[in-house]
Amino acid sequence: MLKDITLGQYFPGDTPVHRLDPRTKLLLTVVYIVALFMVNTWGGYALCIAALGAVMAVSHIRPRALLKGLRPLVFIIVFTAVLNLFFTAGDDVLFRWRFIKITYTGLERAVSMVLRVMLLVSGTFLLTYTTSPLAITDGLERLLSPLKKLRVPVYELSLMMCIALRFIPLLIEETDRIMSAQKARGADLETGTLPERAKALLPLLIPLFVSSFRRADELALAMECRCYNGGEGRTRMKQLRMAGRDAVAFALGGLLVAGILLLRRLGI
Amino acid sequence: MDPVIRVENITYTYPDSERPALDGATLDVAPGSFVAVLGSNGSGKSTLAKHLNAILLPDGGRVLVKGMNTTHEEHLLAIRRCVGMVFQNPDNQIVANVVEDDVAFAPENLGVDPAEIRRRVDGALKQVGMYDFRLHAPHLLSGGQKQRVAIAGVLAMEPEVLVLDEPTAMLDPAGRREVISAVEALCRERGITVILITHHMDEAVRADRVVVMDRGRIVMDGAPADIFPQADRLRALGLAVPAATDLILRLNAAGMDLPVEALTPEACAAAIGEALA
Ligand SMILES: Nc1ncnc2c1ncn2[C@@H]1O[C@H](COP(=O)(O)OP(=O)(O)O)[C@@H](O)[C@H]1O
Ligand SMILES: [Mg+2]
Repeated sequence: MLKDITLGQYFPGDTPVHRLDPRTKLLLTVVYIVALFMVNTWGGYALCIAALGAVMAVSHIRPRALLKGLRPLVFIIVFTAVLNLFFTAGDDVLFRWRFIKITYTGLERAVSMVLRVMLLVSGTFLLTYTTSPLAITDGLERLLSPLKKLRVPVYELSLMMCIALRFIPLLIEETDRIMSAQKARGADLETGTLPERAKALLPLLIPLFVSSFRRADELALAMECRCYNGGEGRTRMKQLRMAGRDAVAFALGGLLVAGILLLRRLGI
Repeated sequence: MDPVIRVENITYTYPDSERPALDGATLDVAPGSFVAVLGSNGSGKSTLAKHLNAILLPDGGRVLVKGMNTTHEEHLLAIRRCVGMVFQNPDNQIVANVVEDDVAFAPENLGVDPAEIRRRVDGALKQVGMYDFRLHAPHLLSGGQKQRVAIAGVLAMEPEVLVLDEPTAMLDPAGRREVISAVEALCRERGITVILITHHMDEAVRADRVVVMDRGRIVMDGAPADIFPQADRLRALGLAVPAATDLILRLNAAGMDLPVEALTPEACAAAIGEALA
């Protein structure tokens, strides 16, 4: 059951989007997010949706995958909508019933906020759907490497992320195993009051902690045996290299921003 | 030939313990040999292994790897890359979430050139028969496959010695066979010195030499054919005897005259067949 949690949710593929340098994708995602916040016209939203749709088409990511990713956010989205819908002041009242009042401004604002949240989340999902976690870590490390001069341990941080990603499936598997073992001995993890359930979780957490510390110890030892001694003087097998398609991607990103600015100017 | 590893009368006591874990262990390992290390739990096998690549430093005595003393800081990296170490739990040795990236970890640490790392990674994966899995995620592999990836990760340093601390303890019989065959091939075909710590007698009979530890010392040392027939002594040290040897000793006690050097099931069957013919 716990195994159903997908992490990183990378959909392997060999499309031009998948093959882009992870740095390009990271930077363009940032550009996209910034652009999204500059949008203040319906035309701007339409342009963003079109851009998102184009990337999805090229990378063979189905709308269903994206909707599935959005599902955990339904609460936030509904909350945003309700908040804007009912609590926006204004005189252009569309509908009134006792103390409930919906204004035209409120409706407009609710729709645009929901669109914005969905577009924002979808954009970052497209990044993780088309880029392996390792490539993202790698790209981040290289983008942040100027910070090494400020003594930020960029390599160590990215190694930590990488190891966390590697051990999450192991920990999930282990949690599943311990839960089954406790249930087999009559532990009840699903019913009871909250304090009761929290108490029942304790015998689950303690073995998990103990085993995680043992794992960390053994991993550190194995890394030492493989000559690990920090990021200093390390080389990488896989070199990241920007190609022609990265230039094309940046140009398209630029066009998107220019388009949004133009629509903003024209007020469409 | 000069021994590739020389352990001279070393003692070691863990900081939070009163009893020494090693108490005067001495051992020379010839290059290219296959040495099995046996001993009951707590006899000091793992502690000895950790002295061979300077993870632990002896309190007394010394360890020389190709003549380099492990206590000399300036030799540390040279020693670590010369003596590769593989542990029991493959899950806790694999760093990356793609097989080939994990195998690249050690040469990347050593600052090897990217093209050369690629060559080493492919070579190491081929040597353990895992090349076809280079793009897989480690957690989806079987235990035997994971352990072979861990071995490849060490081979990518191009070590001369491979120390394996109970590498098959967590594996099923098929996984054990995969791993031991791969290790044996590395020794026989590539000339890599292998030091295999194990609880499985059927693995130890394949070695050139068997070393038995007890309470931090080496108490028996010789060819498998000389060690295993000493069944009473081995049992007194808390060890089992290979099934074939056990059978032969019992048959001999019952009046047959079988060669005690027949250590494997095949050799044993052949010897019995011959005696009955
Ligand atoms: N980290 C440690 N701290 C304290 N004592 C230890 C530690 N590791 C091992 N020992 C002790 O050292 C002795 C030898 O252990 P070890 O080398 O692990 O034996 P083996 O591998 O043969 O089972 C044992 O008595 C054990 O309890
Ligand atoms: Mg041990």
